[in-house]
Amino acid sequence: MSTINKAAAQVTATVISNKRVGAYHQIILSVGEVVRHCRPGNFIAIQVGGDSSRMVLRRAFAISRTSENAQFGGTVELIVAPHGTGSKWLCAQGEGVEVDVVTPLGKPFGVPTEPANALLIGGGYGSAPLFGLADLLKSRGCRVDMVLGASNGSKIYAPMEGKRSVNSLKIFTEDGSMGETGRVTSQLSSIIEERGVEIIYSCGPMAMLKAITEIADSHGVVHQASVEESMACGIGICMTCVLPVKDSDGKISMKRSCIDGPVMDGSSVCWDLVGKSTEGF
Amino acid sequence: MSTPVDLSTTLGNAWFPSPLFTASGCASSGKELAQFFPLKDIGAVVTKSVMNKPRHGRPTPRMAETPSGMLNSIGLQGPGIDAFLANDVPWLLSQGSRVIVSIAGETVEEYAVLARKLRSTAGISAIEVNISCPNVENRGLVFATDCDTSARVIDGVRKVIGGEIPILAKLTPDVTNIAAVAKSVADAGADGVALINTVLGMVINLETMKPHLGGKTGGLSGPAIRPVAVRAIYQVREALPNLPILGMGGVASGRDALEMILAGASGVSVGTASFGNPTAIIAIQNELRDLLAQRGFTSLSQAVSYAHR
Repeated sequence: MSTINKAAAQVTATVISNKRVGAYHQIILSVGEVVRHCRPGNFIAIQVGGDSSRMVLRRAFAISRTSENAQFGGTVELIVAPHGTGSKWLCAQGEGVEVDVVTPLGKPFGVPTEPANALLIGGGYGSAPLFGLADLLKSRGCRVDMVLGASNGSKIYAPMEGKRSVNSLKIFTEDGSMGETGRVTSQLSSIIEERGVEIIYSCGPMAMLKAITEIADSHGVVHQASVEESMACGIGICMTCVLPVKDSDGKISMKRSCIDGPVMDGSSVCWDLVGKSTEGF
Repeated sequence: MSTPVDLSTTLGNAWFPSPLFTASGCASSGKELAQFFPLKDIGAVVTKSVMNKPRHGRPTPRMAETPSGMLNSIGLQGPGIDAFLANDVPWLLSQGSRVIVSIAGETVEEYAVLARKLRSTAGISAIEVNISCPNVENRGLVFATDCDTSARVIDGVRKVIGGEIPILAKLTPDVTNIAAVAKSVADAGADGVALINTVLGMVINLETMKPHLGGKTGGLSGPAIRPVAVRAIYQVREALPNLPILGMGGVASGRDALEMILAGASGVSVGTASFGNPTAIIAIQNELRDLLAQRGFTSLSQAVSYAHR
């Protein structure tokens, strides 16, 4: 039975810093003690627009990294693309602004109990939660390789300090403006074989996750995908962010990506049925 | 502000310590909100409309935010009544929560089957008969757009339930004369009405240049529809002064709740506001208590229908 993250709490957070990084904003929020329960893959739901806003719904963002220090207490880092009205509002908030947040939400990435060869794949700002994950995997003795992709170089998020926590980093852009020309899946099969990859972690657009699942399945490699589906509540009460997922008996049900995800077993998601009626299955 | 205000209310023969309820479909079965406040602190949890069989619901996208509101197109996803009664109701009761079970069917017979299963379940405070879900394939299946079909559903449920558990008929505002529909369900044995369900709407996606929602149309909720709800409550109260009303539709603050109470609601459900703020219902309850006290009311019941004078 799926349940809401037992550590989820509603707290008032303060913007500690807000910096533009390429096409994105790196936003650091002080959230207090709740940070101790935030794991790579968890997300945060933020109220946007202020008191008189016509935006009635929270916005969900993956937690990129966390830290605790004497000056700011517990902080979370978010990588935000100013696409819609809500994310643009958040990206316009300066130091000292208070925002109402609910976190940690969702199921985090599962970490192997024994050291393993891990491959982390991010599309666009989908790389955000992978750097915190890379730190954790390194601390558990894993080998961590990373592949990032985007349409162009300005949409690759790969901070200097993040690069230190991975053994190798390969970048693909569709227009060739950074790294090699291509997609994250372009050389995936050979990377899996050469590096002896045992587990893949991914975060990015649905089509990318689907393509990775097909390659991972063909190599018999475990694939944990962090999905992105539009959410109204982020806490499991609205039923809008569902995905068709099959259980071990092959039975399909609609799972909430905010509660049963965002991290899901890639091969259990029926990617071809996303956006289709599943009533007959 | 320490003036004591008695917030207790009744719907038919059911008593509640507070008039603030969750709205059906906006709290699932209560488990997630219980992470943020004790469910026994509010009037009741109105559970998501459940059907006889498990149901997947509509394809995604199921949601579109709109100015001061949102469209949803869930299509009654749920576990089916048997799993619901085995798991969700006992859990809610174990939390000390009062429970209003919302049921939805595709046929008059399905509602009667659901009622039969509910009759043998102990501890339920009331039944909401959702005859107005907009997210069904056939508009003819929105029973509440027609007085006769509405009455047939309520009559079927009433005959099965007997007089023990109050029945609330949930109506749609997408009709010419909502008071006439309210009268027909009251005549068929409803103890009260839940006003209003979402308003049928659509958003076109400018990238695809097609309807954005997987189900094309969806139900509009949130503050955008509140004046529609207040109007519906006022009209039904005016036509049927003795029929209890559970009001809902865009309530996001204590003032919004008081507005519905003044228009004639004995209870108020909070739906979309909980999506934006999981503790909204508690804040609204506290604000309502203060607003009543500021106006010299010592009990909620004094304020019900106060606009009709």
